[in-house]
Amino acid sequence: MENIGALAILLAFCFAVYAIIGSLVGKWARRPFLALSAQRAVYSVWALLTSAVGILLYSLIKGDFRMAYVWATSNHTMPTPYKVAAWWGGQEGSLLLWSWLLSTYAAVIVFQNRRRFRDMMPYVVSVLMFTQTFFLILNGFVASPFKMIAAGRGIVDIGDGQGLNPLLQYWTMVIHPPMLYLGYVGFIAPFAFAIASLATKQPGDEWIKTTRRWTLVTWMFQTTGVLLGMGWAYAVLGWGGYWGWDPVENASLLPWITATAFLHSVMMQEKKGMMKVWNMVLVSSTFFLCIFGTFLTRSGIVQSVHAFSEGPIGKYFVGFLAIGIAGTVYLILNRLEYLKSESQMESVLSRESSFMFNNLILLAGCFAVLWGTLFPVITEAIMGEKISVDKPFFNRVNIPIGMFLLLLTGVGPLIAWRRSSFESLKRAFLWPAVSGVFVSAALFALGIRSFYALMSFGLCAFVLVTVAIEFFKGAKAISGKSGRNLLVSMFELTHRNTRRYGGYLVHVGIVILFVGFTGAAFNKDTTVELPQGGSMTLGAYTLHVVGFEEGENANYSWGRPKIAVTKNGEELPMMMPEQRFYFASQTPTHDIALRRRLNEDLYINYAGPGANNSNVILQVYVNPLVSWVWIGYWVVLFGTIICLIPSKTKLVFPRTEVVGMASKHAGKPTQVGTNENES
Amino acid sequence: MNKNVKFGLIIAVILGTLGWLAAGGINQTASYYKEIAELERLGPDGVDKRLRVGGDVELNSITREGRDVHFVLVQEKDGVKRRLNVIYNGIDPLPDTFKDNAPCQALVDGKLGSDHVFHATKLQAKCASKYEAKPVAPVTRG
Repeated sequence: MENIGALAILLAFCFAVYAIIGSLVGKWARRPFLALSAQRAVYSVWALLTSAVGILLYSLIKGDFRMAYVWATSNHTMPTPYKVAAWWGGQEGSLLLWSWLLSTYAAVIVFQNRRRFRDMMPYVVSVLMFTQTFFLILNGFVASPFKMIAAGRGIVDIGDGQGLNPLLQYWTMVIHPPMLYLGYVGFIAPFAFAIASLATKQPGDEWIKTTRRWTLVTWMFQTTGVLLGMGWAYAVLGWGGYWGWDPVENASLLPWITATAFLHSVMMQEKKGMMKVWNMVLVSSTFFLCIFGTFLTRSGIVQSVHAFSEGPIGKYFVGFLAIGIAGTVYLILNRLEYLKSESQMESVLSRESSFMFNNLILLAGCFAVLWGTLFPVITEAIMGEKISVDKPFFNRVNIPIGMFLLLLTGVGPLIAWRRSSFESLKRAFLWPAVSGVFVSAALFALGIRSFYALMSFGLCAFVLVTVAIEFFKGAKAISGKSGRNLLVSMFELTHRNTRRYGGYLVHVGIVILFVGFTGAAFNKDTTVELPQGGSMTLGAYTLHVVGFEEGENANYSWGRPKIAVTKNGEELPMMMPEQRFYFASQTPTHDIALRRRLNEDLYINYAGPGANNSNVILQVYVNPLVSWVWIGYWVVLFGTIICLIPSKTKLVFPRTEVVGMASKHAGKPTQVGTNENES
Repeated sequence: MNKNVKFGLIIAVILGTLGWLAAGGINQTASYYKEIAELERLGPDGVDKRLRVGGDVELNSITREGRDVHFVLVQEKDGVKRRLNVIYNGIDPLPDTFKDNAPCQALVDGKLGSDHVFHATKLQAKCASKYEAKPVAPVTRG
């Protein structure tokens, strides 16, 4: 079995190399059949990798513990879903997941475009397969999942494995890695098309139109992956928070930031033919940051609680990144004349400049996070001394960045293209600004004094009102014309331009996320050691230890204090945080008790027995508004899906047209109610 | 005003502010990686710096006194074994991986007292798994 798996990877490697050579030679020597055979090779790579994955999964589920990977991540007592999740529970398997997803994407891309882009496809295929080859080298020669513990003869069976790390035995962890990887890997599609358009000297933005959906879908997966990771950290790690600026978390955030910037700046290219070089840079940085993130979590170059083990794998990534980045930079520089901007920034107060500032700020945020993450490495290289920075650094820099982004989220969509007068700005932003100030003032009057919290809530109100006004104005125009009611008109409006109104919904989701983040300004926490019958108070809650239970099952043993909770004297259901001890891996974990409410969460972690064994150590957190983070995510997801639905009306605007505020008076577009549908 | 000048000014203000915030953030939270040997040479100016020290947890050295946890970190360099007494009194409870009955490494973050005892407020631990000599615990977050 394992030999067949290893052989499949080896063959896939050969096919991938063939696909690179075949498509490039086919292109240069003008032999279309050779290029076509290279495309077929892409399918073969997928088929081979799928068989390798099938074999690995079969071994994991059946429990073939002679295989080192199976032994390290699976055991008899684990429930089946976790045996499947063991596929990405360790270094070798998760690299195979990367590889397999890449081959799947590659096969889909080749299939979708089998009759299109004859001139670009060979380059697309070679970019895809170059990356595939790199990962297959890792799968086949560096971190093979098919290594045997008992390579020699004699040993036929090994009783049981270590099992999946207990921290990973949780439902969000089962889907978090595939989601994140779907996002990470998927960014190769826009990247490959971007490179192909550079290589074929196609000045247009065909590649952007082709990959728009890809970009959006992969962005959606990345968002989902990051949020699932947060949800997991919150519910499982037991430290009461969801984001700690750990290098691994940062690694997942970096490509998300550049991808978000890219999603916005492509609009500039589509509408105005501007920022072409910039888009190339963004799409490439996103792709390389995806690779870099994978590298960061596996190389051990920065200290992290949840990094993979150190290994020789880092230098392969460095090599790949160096070759890839050098090649991309060369191509961009070489093709600069094809990437000239078709128009110029005209005014500081314009849609164009708001896009530019959005990009600037996102990139600054990305750079700050990267800088902070790599600070020990940088200082060691320059000063010979390792210095690390911590949460306060990231918060200090990123909170103002977040605020500014929030402001732009409200300003950007309403401001006119080309230039805007103060007069029109006043008209557009009077009510949003008034509501923002009102909310801040009201909260101040209620006794909130945190500067950033007041600012954040004010800006949230500002953005929500701008979006509401947009929906209302559009819907009113439709309902005035058709006589249908406002709600139906809103659906109609959204359907006519899903991209614009879906985008607004995503913005609403982001605002809700920010409401959740801002709640962190009011977190309370404490750690106490309580005897049986002891009690403590935090915020409105009083906790009373009334008993203790313990027991065990096949997988782990557990102990849990029974805690009676009252809030302002009113009795709430009993809470029982649990400490578990997994037998196979000999590690303890915690299963927190969590009371989720829209206004605040009560979060209790049982850290273990105290100095004398009858005491219990409890960590108690009161986290206001956290639930809005998860709600915000669902809204973002909903908005993104709306964006993906094709618009009912196709509006084609010539590039240099005067649109936005000024267009109203020009009286040009034919669709009533969609005269602002330019974004 | 020329629009390029305007753009330039706004960009400069934004980046300047962020740079200033970042520099402040670094000063506020910078913590220096040191080896135990280096700590011994550290003069009185090292007392106020935030430091980060890694090493092996000495077997059976963990003792608790109230909320403080005492233990000893060991680092071997050039054949000389150096020990460092550590008192942990951070807010977070000790990680599950922090043990002294198995080979275990710890990374502590805190300040060196004038008594040459290290007062740690943060602690990370990484342990060799029960079955293997090298640490291969596949703790992953993507």
